[in-house]
Amino acid sequence: MKVGVVTFPGSNCDYDAYAAVQHVMGEDVEFLWHKSTDLLGCDLVILPGGFSYGDYLRGGAIARFSPIMEKVIAFGRSGGMVLGICNGFQILTECGLLPGALMRNSHLRFSCKHVYLKVEQTSNPYTQLCIKGEVLKIPIAHGEGNYYNFDNDIKKLEDAGQVVFRYCDVNGDVNSEANPNGSINNIAGISNKEGNILGMMPHPERVVEDILGSADGLKILESIRATIAVAKTVSN
Amino acid sequence: MTNNKKEVSPQAVVYVRLKEGVLDPQGVTIHKALQQMGYNEFISVRTGRFFELEVDSDSDNYDKRLDEVCSKLLANPVIESYRVEKL
Repeated sequence: MKVGVVTFPGSNCDYDAYAAVQHVMGEDVEFLWHKSTDLLGCDLVILPGGFSYGDYLRGGAIARFSPIMEKVIAFGRSGGMVLGICNGFQILTECGLLPGALMRNSHLRFSCKHVYLKVEQTSNPYTQLCIKGEVLKIPIAHGEGNYYNFDNDIKKLEDAGQVVFRYCDVNGDVNSEANPNGSINNIAGISNKEGNILGMMPHPERVVEDILGSADGLKILESIRATIAVAKTVSN
Repeated sequence: MTNNKKEVSPQAVVYVRLKEGVLDPQGVTIHKALQQMGYNEFISVRTGRFFELEVDSDSDNYDKRLDEVCSKLLANPVIESYRVEKL
């Protein structure tokens, strides 16, 4: 597979994503500069974490108008795989590829720590190699990760199975103590209806080898690789 | 200022705030501080922000474009509302 990692001014997890794909998975990966308008034939576009445009105005609010985003939006709308991590998730909600918004953490502090995520959906291309209900250990690092949407829209998301990850404790129990930012229903990651676009606040690219404290991020990356491999076999 | 420069440009101010019902943790924290300070008559605080826009005086009818600016960039219509005041 070929992965494109978008670099915005202020991205700071782009190299982590690049290293995870190239050095750990041994797959092709290219940086996509925010001013470029060419996705270079990538099978997956990653919008990485960081503070694009200094997070001025709101996280992701200005990045969504970068030239590359026009192509990313068209790619995602036509079924291409787009993964937004942390600031990338904020960009996906700002540009309307994913519903809702990410607000200031309810406690107003920046949170940087390992958390546990319960995998709620495995029919998704990003989690197909996980077991439903499986608990993943993946870190967060954000000040604006408090997922918000109106009650009706939350219900729609839940009913359509678009909530992919929830914050939970080590035993997989979803409770308020395990919620690091005040997100409604402990939501940590959601997909679009079709499942090809995923946004998540935690950082799977930071936990791809045991020496990093967890290799659970690989389960997501390996799910992506398996999805793309199948898609390529079918199209050939 | 030289004489051939336009002296005064119309100004617009855009006020952005969280919609009703959306929790405002900053407002809650400020309110708690006020209570600790003894200002108990203030029963709630909501935060927001405002933007001052200088407008080219040749543009006489920019209302529609200003509205676009508000809804596309200055406010996130999912969680925020905005109000425009022309000076």
